[in-house]
Amino acid sequence: MQRSTTDVWVGFLVLLGAAALLFLALQSANLLSFSWQKTYAVSALFDNIGGLKKQAPVKSAGVVVGRVQDIRFDDKRFQAEVILALDQQYQFPQDSSLKILTSGLLGEQYIGIEAGADTANLKAGDRLQATQSAVVLENLISRFLYDKAAAPADQTSGQ
Amino acid sequence: MMNFIARVGGATRAWLADVGHATALFVRLILLAPACLRRFGLVRDHMHFLGNYSLAIISVSGLFVGFVLALQGYNTLQRFGSASALGLLVALSLVRELGPVISALLFTGRAGTSLTAEIGLMKAGEQLSAMEMMAIDPVQRILAPRFWAGVLVMPILGAIFSAVGIIGGWLVGVVMIGVDAGSFWGQMRDGVDVWADVGNGVIKTLVFGFTVSFIALRQGFEAQPTPDGVARATTRTVVMASLTVLALDFVLTALMFKL
Repeated sequence: MQRSTTDVWVGFLVLLGAAALLFLALQSANLLSFSWQKTYAVSALFDNIGGLKKQAPVKSAGVVVGRVQDIRFDDKRFQAEVILALDQQYQFPQDSSLKILTSGLLGEQYIGIEAGADTANLKAGDRLQATQSAVVLENLISRFLYDKAAAPADQTSGQ
Repeated sequence: MMNFIARVGGATRAWLADVGHATALFVRLILLAPACLRRFGLVRDHMHFLGNYSLAIISVSGLFVGFVLALQGYNTLQRFGSASALGLLVALSLVRELGPVISALLFTGRAGTSLTAEIGLMKAGEQLSAMEMMAIDPVQRILAPRFWAGVLVMPILGAIFSAVGIIGGWLVGVVMIGVDAGSFWGQMRDGVDVWADVGNGVIKTLVFGFTVSFIALRQGFEAQPTPDGVARATTRTVVMASLTVLALDFVLTALMFKL
């Protein structure tokens, strides 16, 4: 009798632990959202990817349609090669364009994909041609300062 | 001068012998795993004692840690206008750090001390020697089931702590303060990774389970067989296990979450 009640209590404890783990895996983490959906991989070359990381979302019109699978450096073209895993259920025209965007002012970076007009859709292994690099804040500031410095000089030389 | 050198030498030798004994005991306990599995009844009894009776303190502490995390986190996040990331903050801090560490510290206080005192008193009452006289190995019959019960129970308690803590954070953050429930869970799901965060948290609790159970059992096993010796061993269990857990946590975090 003693034995069976202990069994019940320990079983209860183990099941509670399993339920807690399941709760952590499903409710607080993203186990379901990314392992079930089938994806197809396409690649793109960027001049500068800024702070883009693996697993960053790929969004179209604000909806997550895929994730960044891999980031490599192409030492022939000196560009960054980004592999995107797009969800099978979303199809995009072959001339769609990619942009690296930032969520919020200081948020993480993600890839925005804008649909093109081609009638043929992207297939696995395709390379997207139209890409726009990440905005690098330092470059923006230095260009702004350079313009500021150049502007008065132009005016004086014009007069 | 010679005396001083001799004392340094003696201390070093004693320390090395101590490390050697501890390692030998640890290896024996690990190797006794199949024997324990064969007589799982013993392990189960101790899982009941170590686990079920720690459930109340673990879940209540988890709940309150979740409450406080949500209150404090909301105060800070709201200054930057990002109160919607509250769920992410609560979940990440619980799953990665607070869940494993606090549950290990509570486990030390609640279960580790009782292990040390029990084994120490058995030794003081010469029960262990009596067993040896009957050709029963006390390490196999007494220590190993308790050790494996502690190792098995610790991840369960850690997971319960984190889950209850997240529910506590939800109660304060969403129900009481009124953070949007959708962004609370949504940001959490976006930011918490199953393997990198939840999985590493479970690995941490498993390591802490080995650490705390082993330290508690060894302190009891090596205690001076007097009331004073048992009292000292119990104190040493708490101090050593807590410090080891915190130090190991730093090392594990550095290894797991390198950026």
